[in-house]
Amino acid sequence: MSDLRPRLAPRLKLALVIFALLAVVPPIAQAIGEPFLIVVATRMMVFAIAALSLDLILGYGAMVSFGHAAYLGFGAYAVAILSRAGINDLLLQILAAMAAAALFAVVTGAISLRTRGVYFIMITLAFGQMAFFFFVSFSALGGDDGVALRARSTVLGIPLLQTTQGLFYVTLALLVAVFAGLYRLTLSRFGRVLTGTRESALRMQAIGFRPFPYQLTAYVIAACLCAIAGVMLANQAVYVSPAYMSWHRSGEMIVMLVLGGIGSLTGAMAGALITVGLEEGLARWSEHWRLGFGLILVLVALFSPGGLTGLLRRLNLIRGGK
Amino acid sequence: MFNLFLLQLLNGAQFGILLFLVAAGLTLVFGIMDFINIAHGVLYMVGGYVMAMMMGTTGNFWLSLALVLPVTLAVGLVLELLVFRRLYDRSHLDQVLATFGLVLVLSELVKIFWGSAPLSVAMPEMLSGSVPLAGPMRYPVYRIAVIGVGLSVAIGLWFVIARTRVGMLLRAGAANRSMVSALGTDINRLFMLVFAAGAMLAGFAGAIVSPILSVDPGMGDSILILTFVVIVIGGVGSVKGAFYAALLVGIVDTLGRMFGPILLRLVMEPAAAAQAGRTIAPMLVYILMAAVLFWRPAGLFGRKVSQ
Repeated sequence: MSDLRPRLAPRLKLALVIFALLAVVPPIAQAIGEPFLIVVATRMMVFAIAALSLDLILGYGAMVSFGHAAYLGFGAYAVAILSRAGINDLLLQILAAMAAAALFAVVTGAISLRTRGVYFIMITLAFGQMAFFFFVSFSALGGDDGVALRARSTVLGIPLLQTTQGLFYVTLALLVAVFAGLYRLTLSRFGRVLTGTRESALRMQAIGFRPFPYQLTAYVIAACLCAIAGVMLANQAVYVSPAYMSWHRSGEMIVMLVLGGIGSLTGAMAGALITVGLEEGLARWSEHWRLGFGLILVLVALFSPGGLTGLLRRLNLIRGGK
Repeated sequence: MFNLFLLQLLNGAQFGILLFLVAAGLTLVFGIMDFINIAHGVLYMVGGYVMAMMMGTTGNFWLSLALVLPVTLAVGLVLELLVFRRLYDRSHLDQVLATFGLVLVLSELVKIFWGSAPLSVAMPEMLSGSVPLAGPMRYPVYRIAVIGVGLSVAIGLWFVIARTRVGMLLRAGAANRSMVSALGTDINRLFMLVFAAGAMLAGFAGAIVSPILSVDPGMGDSILILTFVVIVIGGVGSVKGAFYAALLVGIVDTLGRMFGPILLRLVMEPAAAAQAGRTIAPMLVYILMAAVLFWRPAGLFGRKVSQ
């Protein structure tokens, strides 16, 4: 235990710096008269939650899921369905979203985990597409066009999310909570076993651990946490559509992780913040922003293995391994 | 009813053949190099756009089709040289990152050059008629021609893979890459060949489909995911598997959309059946894939997964 602490400190410190920087975004944005920055930062944090959840299974469990955006959709549609039924409380919506995501994840995860490698990537993609097409053809909820929400959720009856700032700080609080929870989880016995199966499932079996229950549990936890991001995404956009769960989104989430560096939580978070920031920034600049964004991705993949974390490590700004 | 079934069966087979043309190259890339290539669908799209452009300048269908082949081959070679070659030894994640980036770059380039509006390509006159099918129904000659061309390509591929030296190396490479390399074959050159030929086949598929469907920037995306389904059902690295799986997926998808609601009406209210049919039909191929992987985790014709 003691020998691990010093190595883990830098990424925790970096995460705290990121949280501190995020916390001062609203006052600064107000001061310089650019309130849209708060909206952009909220989106960045929503995807940071999603990326953190994916990092648990992809970074720590070596399960490359190409259908993770489905859970973003489950969260968003939970808000749409419940608010239509008159239930506007954020906490209830989050609970319902997590329950739905967990149910889908238990079934599809158990089937997906029968496969390995390329097949796992493809079968999670297939389940993601299944969920996507289900909501595309769900005409009661607007089908392909999606559906606009009447209002944002309330928190215990208080309309906390109505203001841009309120939404921002609730999202930030959730981000910190998810990060802290995952940080604890990855250091726990459960996290160690999961990391062990990433390194060698065979050796873990040899010392008496069946990888499957650990992998499936991680898969379900990741799905639940991603559903929280979906709930916040719906609240941020005040609109829900199947586009949230398209395979492009799943790909983008993997991109965030690889860009930031996998298996460190902080890397996933930083990757998401940078990716969304880059997209929003480039989109403001040119309608053909995807060209520049795509080129950046190709160049990072070619010349900077390990993403930005790898780059920092090579520049000796971060010492130590994973 | 039987006529309708026959018609949809042919449509399904035609769609399946198309999927096979795109999947054939990709399954080898997956299988031999264990390389995740998300950008393969873009080559299909490039084929469609090059076809539309050539038709615009030459006005001759056959000449345009003949020009699509070298152009998409060249695009494949350039991509291999600039990007793919450097990623063979990397993790799947780096490959996803790079090829996802390529999808964005190439789709955006296409939008810049040709705009986002769908383009249409005229059918050659000699194939634009239709032939009588059982009863009063007729079937377009062009679609029959697509099926015929696809089948000949499949037979050609089978010949190359089963009967030639290159094919022998391909099969050996799919089975054990490092062994083939150790025995003195330049595996990287072999892969370049596979990749370029795969790009050409995908481009060819995009070109011959352009008179039936329109050419638009999203066409690569929609076929790519179905191609993955085909490859996984057939077994990664198996061209034979890809052929059967492509036909299966094409037919299941087409028949499901047509007959799903009709069958459901037997057990449900018409309105509910229509809604349920619309919901289930697009999910059908994915359910099929999940079922196949559940019972055979390495696909129908795949080798047992090691590890």
